[in-house]
Amino acid sequence: MNAPDARGPGKEAFVAPPARSAPGTGAGAPAGVVGVFGRLDAAVAAIASLKAKGYANYRVYSPVPRPELADVLAKKESPVRLFTLFGALCGTAFGFFYAIATSLDWPLITGAKPIISWPPFIVIGFETTILIGSLVTVGAMFLFAGLPKLGRAPGYDPRFSDDKFGVVAFGGPAQLAEARELFTTAGAEEVKDV
Amino acid sequence: MATAALPVTPAAAEAPPTYADTTRDVIATLHPPGRKYFIGMGFVLAGLAFGAFSWAWQLRYGLGVTGYQPPIFWGSYITTFVFWVGIAHSGTLISAILLLFRAGWRTAVYRAAEMMTVFAVMTAGLFPVLHLGRAWYAYWVFPYPNFRGLWSNFRSPLVWDVFAISTYLTVSATFLLMGLIPDVAAVRDQAAGWRKKLYTLVSFGWRGSDNEWRHFGRMYLYLAGFATPLVLSVHSVVSWDFAMAIVPGWHATIFAPYFVAGAIFSGCGMVITILVPLRKAFHLERYIRVSHFESLAKVCLLTASIVAYAYAVEFFMAWYSGNPFERASFYNRAFGQYWWATWIMLTCNAFIPQLLWFKKVRTSIPTLFVISIFVNIGMWFERFVIIVTGLSHEYEPWQWSYYLPRWPELGILIGSFCWFSMWFLLAIKFFPSVAIAEFKEALPPPVTPRAHR
Repeated sequence: MNAPDARGPGKEAFVAPPARSAPGTGAGAPAGVVGVFGRLDAAVAAIASLKAKGYANYRVYSPVPRPELADVLAKKESPVRLFTLFGALCGTAFGFFYAIATSLDWPLITGAKPIISWPPFIVIGFETTILIGSLVTVGAMFLFAGLPKLGRAPGYDPRFSDDKFGVVAFGGPAQLAEARELFTTAGAEEVKDV
Repeated sequence: MATAALPVTPAAAEAPPTYADTTRDVIATLHPPGRKYFIGMGFVLAGLAFGAFSWAWQLRYGLGVTGYQPPIFWGSYITTFVFWVGIAHSGTLISAILLLFRAGWRTAVYRAAEMMTVFAVMTAGLFPVLHLGRAWYAYWVFPYPNFRGLWSNFRSPLVWDVFAISTYLTVSATFLLMGLIPDVAAVRDQAAGWRKKLYTLVSFGWRGSDNEWRHFGRMYLYLAGFATPLVLSVHSVVSWDFAMAIVPGWHATIFAPYFVAGAIFSGCGMVITILVPLRKAFHLERYIRVSHFESLAKVCLLTASIVAYAYAVEFFMAWYSGNPFERASFYNRAFGQYWWATWIMLTCNAFIPQLLWFKKVRTSIPTLFVISIFVNIGMWFERFVIIVTGLSHEYEPWQWSYYLPRWPELGILIGSFCWFSMWFLLAIKFFPSVAIAEFKEALPPPVTPRAHR
């Protein structure tokens, strides 16, 4: 298997992630506390505890989307789907409009077929439905997910894209003290301020 | 093939990898390449240069340097165009259709297949231009406002094709790039230097937060939902380039499903051709397992059977229709001047894939690799047979003709394979060729032992 010593030349292009992330801003009181979890069930338990205590301001990081996390977070359905529908309908309208309007603009009579020939225009309308629907869907994802994200994300740790789950809670000193306790109880491998 | 040929390496016998193993091993494929890579790239660039020279020769001396003989003006270029569009199909099949079907085995192979799709469409897109004597007028096919007030004829299948291929390239490239975002973020977090900057840019600042995954998951599902009818439509539209014409051998309602099945068949063949050396070179035996190849082989067997059935139906309908032109065209196809091309097609596409009924064959990587080469050859010949034999034997005997590609066409054919290979070789060194996040998703998550009770 690809052991670290078998990485070949140029392995300096990649470095091992740091053992822990940069400790927040380093100035003043911490804005939040992050729990690093190596086990999914521990992260799920921590989130459930936070919710039970009434926390609303927290964020979860994971290397993969897990249904267990989605279940415990119980977020609303993504509104991306509405944009998908909107984009697809716009695409359909555009495809038919384009084919019809340009055919009327320069009537090109071939094979004694009508100028506005619906069956072949369905192909154009279909393709533009897919094209514009897809692009609007991607645009909606970027909009709602807040991408591109150029700044730093408080509490993010490079290990969260590898094999760890992260729960970051934000709040006042009392809440953060309670969150630290919750994370430790739930089985966090590491708890730190950000 | 004997069972002894099974590549039971120590790595393949190991337990499933962990999340950390997956990140590490896939990132290891991105390390700067060695001598073998550069030698391979050298061959590819040499072939590409030969293709470019062939095209330059054609531009200088005109289409007379090709083997075109009236009325055969669609030859190897259109054949190769349809071939590459077909190759592109399995990528979307594996990434989108199998996603909707929740086929877990796709996670190991879909990224390479998606890359293959995008580069195959990029290659296919060259051929309508190469096919033009005056390539600098290629933009005329696009409907754009111009001073003559003239627009495209939207009743022409060739214009449908422009829309279908452009949409397919855009959507499949978007699908590939969107799927790459979480993986590139994982690479970014372990990269240094210029690579970190590159991956930071390409990952759009992805962090894998719950909010990001929630919207990303929906977006990915809907893209798959769009790509599924798209992939079925694109090769249908390509088939209508022929089926809408009244050429004997082309004018058949079976063409759309027949072309779609053939496209998926050829694409799966090419995926096997690509994955075998990729898996070996990058030591990915633990990720791309024999069972994945077996699943691909099953898809090949299914689609080969559909294609073989379509061949049989074509011949049957030519006879059963009682149409003398259809009968003559198909008789000529099997026993006339192009008998050799037809029998290469039948052997490679209908007969040889029947070996895949045997599990020993499906689970032998070297045998599968050889079969996949036959599939690639056979599917190129299928398009050659349809296009050239159809045109060579139309209604009037004085129009009957014979076409063979000449060296500039063969040079461009070789160049197209090298163009495709160049992009693929570059891509696998810059971006993960196995999907990191989706592969992890298919693994059992890390949980504390008590959670199993």
